[in-house]
Amino acid sequence: MTVLSVKGLHKSFGGVQAVQDVNFQVAAGELLALIGPNGAGKSTCFNMLNGQLRPDTGVVTLLGRSLLGLAPRQIWRLGVGRTFQITATFNSMTVRENIQMALLSFHNGLMSFWRPANALYRDEAMALLDRVGMADQSERPCGILAYGDLKRVELAIALANQPKLLLMDEPTAGMAPTERIALMDLTAKLARQDDIAVLFTEHDMDVVFAQADRIIVLNRGRLIAEGSPDEVRANPEVQAVYLGSGAVFAGEGH
Amino acid sequence: MAARPSGRGHFFPSFFPRVAALLANIVIQFMNGLAGASSLFLVAAGLSIIFGVSRIVNFAHGSLYMLGVYLAYSLIEFFGRSSIFGFWGGVLGAAIAVGLIGVVIEVLVLRRIYRAPELFQLLATFALVLVIKDAALYFWGAEDLVGPRAAGLRGAVEIMGKRFPQYDLVLIAIGPLVLGLLWLLLNRTRWGTLVRAATQDREMVGALGVNQSGLFTSVFFLGAFLAGLGGAVQIPREPAQLMLDITVISDAFVVVVVGGMGSIGGAFLAALLIAQAKAFCIGIGDVSIFGATLSFTKFTLVVEFVIMAIVLVVRPLGLLGKLQGAQRGAATVEPPLYPLTRPFWIAVVGLVALLALMPLGGDDYLLVLLIDIAVFSVFAATLHFLMGPSGMVSFGHAAYFGLGCYGAALALLKLKLPMELALLAAPLASGLGALVFGWFCVRLSGVYLAMLTLAFAQISWSVIYQWDAFTGGSNGLVGLWPSEWLKDRTAFYLFTLALCAASIIFLWRVVHAPFGYVLRAGRDSALRADAIGIDVRRFQWYGFILAGVFAGLAGGLFAFSKGSISPETLAVSRSVDGLVMVLLGGVQTLTGPVAGAAVFTWLQDSIARNTEYWRAILGLAILVIVLAFPQGIAGFLKQATARFTSAREREVVR
Repeated sequence: MTVLSVKGLHKSFGGVQAVQDVNFQVAAGELLALIGPNGAGKSTCFNMLNGQLRPDTGVVTLLGRSLLGLAPRQIWRLGVGRTFQITATFNSMTVRENIQMALLSFHNGLMSFWRPANALYRDEAMALLDRVGMADQSERPCGILAYGDLKRVELAIALANQPKLLLMDEPTAGMAPTERIALMDLTAKLARQDDIAVLFTEHDMDVVFAQADRIIVLNRGRLIAEGSPDEVRANPEVQAVYLGSGAVFAGEGH
Repeated sequence: MAARPSGRGHFFPSFFPRVAALLANIVIQFMNGLAGASSLFLVAAGLSIIFGVSRIVNFAHGSLYMLGVYLAYSLIEFFGRSSIFGFWGGVLGAAIAVGLIGVVIEVLVLRRIYRAPELFQLLATFALVLVIKDAALYFWGAEDLVGPRAAGLRGAVEIMGKRFPQYDLVLIAIGPLVLGLLWLLLNRTRWGTLVRAATQDREMVGALGVNQSGLFTSVFFLGAFLAGLGGAVQIPREPAQLMLDITVISDAFVVVVVGGMGSIGGAFLAALLIAQAKAFCIGIGDVSIFGATLSFTKFTLVVEFVIMAIVLVVRPLGLLGKLQGAQRGAATVEPPLYPLTRPFWIAVVGLVALLALMPLGGDDYLLVLLIDIAVFSVFAATLHFLMGPSGMVSFGHAAYFGLGCYGAALALLKLKLPMELALLAAPLASGLGALVFGWFCVRLSGVYLAMLTLAFAQISWSVIYQWDAFTGGSNGLVGLWPSEWLKDRTAFYLFTLALCAASIIFLWRVVHAPFGYVLRAGRDSALRADAIGIDVRRFQWYGFILAGVFAGLAGGLFAFSKGSISPETLAVSRSVDGLVMVLLGGVQTLTGPVAGAAVFTWLQDSIARNTEYWRAILGLAILVIVLAFPQGIAGFLKQATARFTSAREREVVR
C-alpha cells in the first residue's frame, strides 16, 4: 500500500533549481533511503514533505490526502512522525515526560490546568520507551543524555502519534558506527512491526545499504537512480556521482 | 462674477504668509528633532556596543547617562562656567569620568557573571541602577539642578524668521560626528575589528587567542563614555534630576530595539526617527478635529513606543538588525520539575494556617506588611510563570498589575459596582490588556519580546497618567474602600490571604499540568513542539493572558488594601521590582518568586523606615546575592539540600 506519494516536485531559490521533477512513492512497512552528495537537494526535498518549505509545483499526498500548504504541526496530526538531524527534545523534562508530551498532544489533552501531566499516559509512555530500549533511563533529564540515547528518545517521540509515515533526516548523524547500525536495525524492526513507511536521508553508506529496502539517488536536484540496494550500487551514474568518473575529466581535456 | 477678482486678492495675501509660517514651523521642529536625536543616539550606541560584545542588557546605562549630566554640572562649576574651556572641559571630563565608572563596574561586578544566566546579569544591572541613584542623591541632593548654558553659544541664529539656539546647532553636528568616528573606530582599527568579531562570536575570538577581559573592559569604557557624553551635552538643555535614569534607559532601549540590537547605524536611524516624531508631536500641539481637541503634545510620551510596536511587528529584528549569533556554553539546562508531593502540600497548608493565625498577635502593622507580601507574591508568581515555564521575559509586567488596580477602582467609582464585583473587574481588565498586548508580544522572542512588553507598559502608563478626566491622571484615584464586612483589617487580611494563596496554588498546579508542560516544551524546543502538533504561539498567548489575569487580581487587592492608587502602580519601577523579586528568589524554582517577594517587600519596608538610602542598601544586597548565589535564594537552598540527597537525585537537580 502506498503511504507517501510525491509527483513532479519542483523548487527553485532565485535562479537555482534546487529540486526538479522529483517523483517517488513509499509503501507501508518499507524503508526508503534518499541519498545524494552534498547540495543535491535532499534537505530541500525533505523540508517540502514536512511542511517547512512550500514547493513551487508538485503533488505530495499521504494516503491520498494532499499535504501541500499544511504547517508541520498539521502534518503531524495526519500521522507523520519526525526525527531531526540535530536532535530536538525538551531538555528540562525527563525522558518519560518527553514521550508523555507527545502523547498528550496526540490525545488532545493540552488544555488541562489541574491534573499533573506527570501522571498522564504514563504506561503508554513507558511502553514506547521499552520499544526503543530506553525504559531504564525514563527518569533521567533529556538535558544530560548521551547523544545516541537522545536519538532513541526522538524515535519514541516520533512513534507516539501511531504514525503511518516516519520522516528521518540523517537519523544517525553524530553517532558512533556501531550505534548507527543498531539504531537503524531498531527502526527497521519497528517499521515492519507496525507497517510504518519510513523515508530517511543518510550519508553513511553502510547504514543505507544494510537497512534500506529501496534507495533513490538525488543529484543536482534530479533523481538519477531508483531501485534496490544492489541495483543502485551497480548503477554507473551513481558510481560517477559518488566516486567521480574519469570520463568527466577526460571530456574537459585534462 | 465681478466679486471674484477682489476675492482672489483677499485670498493670496493671507494664504502665503500662513504657508510660510507653517513651513518655518516645520523646519524648526525638524531642527529640534535633529538636536534631540544626538543625545539619544549617543546613549543608544553605547548600549548597543556593550550588548553586542558582552550580551549584557545594561539596565544601568540610563544611570550612566544621569551621572554624565550631574558630573558635567559639577565639573563646569569647577572649571568655571563662563569660559569656553570650562564648559567643554567639563563636558568631556564628565564623559571620561563616566567611562571610568563603567570600567570599575565591569571589573568589579559584570566580569564575574558573564557565564551566569542572562537574567542574573539583568538583576545585577538593576542593582547598579539602585546604587547609582542613591549615590547621586547623596552627592547632589534631591533638588533638580539647572545647568549652565554653553559659554560662547548662548545666542540664537535666525532661521526663516524664527530664532534657533546656537547650541542646538552644535548638538545637531555631534550625532553624525560621533557616528562617523565610531564607524572609523570599528572599521579601520584593529580594536574595532576585534569588537566586530566578538559581536558575532565571542567564543571564537577567545579561541583565537585574543585577551577577552581587556577587550570587554575597553568596550565598557567606550559604551559608558558615550552614555556619559550623551548626558553631559544635555546639561544646557535639561536640568540634572534623579528620574533621568529610568526615562533615559527606556528611551535608549526603544532606540536600540527599533534600530536593531548591535547595529550602530540602526541606532542612529532610530534615534532620528523617534526624536523627529517627538518634536513634531510637540510642534503640532493641540489640533481641533470636528470639534474634538486632539492633543499631540500628550502623544509625545507614547509616540516612541507606538513606533517601536509597529517596527517590531513589521520587522521583528529592528530596522537594521541581524540575527544574533548563537551563544555557546552559557545556557544552563533547567532541571525537571519535582512533582508536588504530599509533604510539600502539608508544608503549604501549614504555612497558610500559620499566616491565618497572625491577626491573633494584634500587631496591625504586621498585617499591613503581610497583605503587601501576599499581593506581591501573586504578582511575582505570575511574572515567574511568564519568565520561567513560558520563557518570555517581561520588562513591563506592572502593566497588568496596574490595569487590575484601575479596573477595580473604575468599576467601583464610575460603574458604582459593589466592591466584590469591582474586584472581579480587576482580572477582567488586566486579562483584556494581556489579550491585546500578548498577541503582539508572542510574535517576538528574547530581548525583543522583553522590550515590547516594556513598550506596552509605558503606553498604558501614559494613557492613565494623562487621562485626567477618567483615571484621575497623576493624582490617581481615591476612596477605594472595601465592603462593610471587609472593613476590619483582620477580615481584609484573611480575605487577601485566602485569595492570594489560592491563586498561587492554582498557578503551581498549572505549571505541573499539561498546560504548563506545553509552555515549557515550546520554550525548550519550538522546533520539536511544532513537530508534535503544538501551536507554540497560541499557547504562549494563552499563558500570557493567564499571567495577566492573576497579576490583575493582585492589583485589585492592592487597590482595596491601600484605599487609593496612582499611575505608580504600573510604572517601570514596579515592573523592575517584580523582576528583582523573581530573580532574587530564583527563576528555576516554583517557590522562589514567593520567597523573593517576601524578602524584597520586607527589606524595602524595614530599610526604608530607617534610612533615606534604602535603594542603595537593597542594591548592594542584591549584588552580594548575585555574586555569591547565582541560582537565587531558593535555588541555593535547593542545591544545599541536594548535597544530602542520594546521588541519583543529585543528577536530577543539576
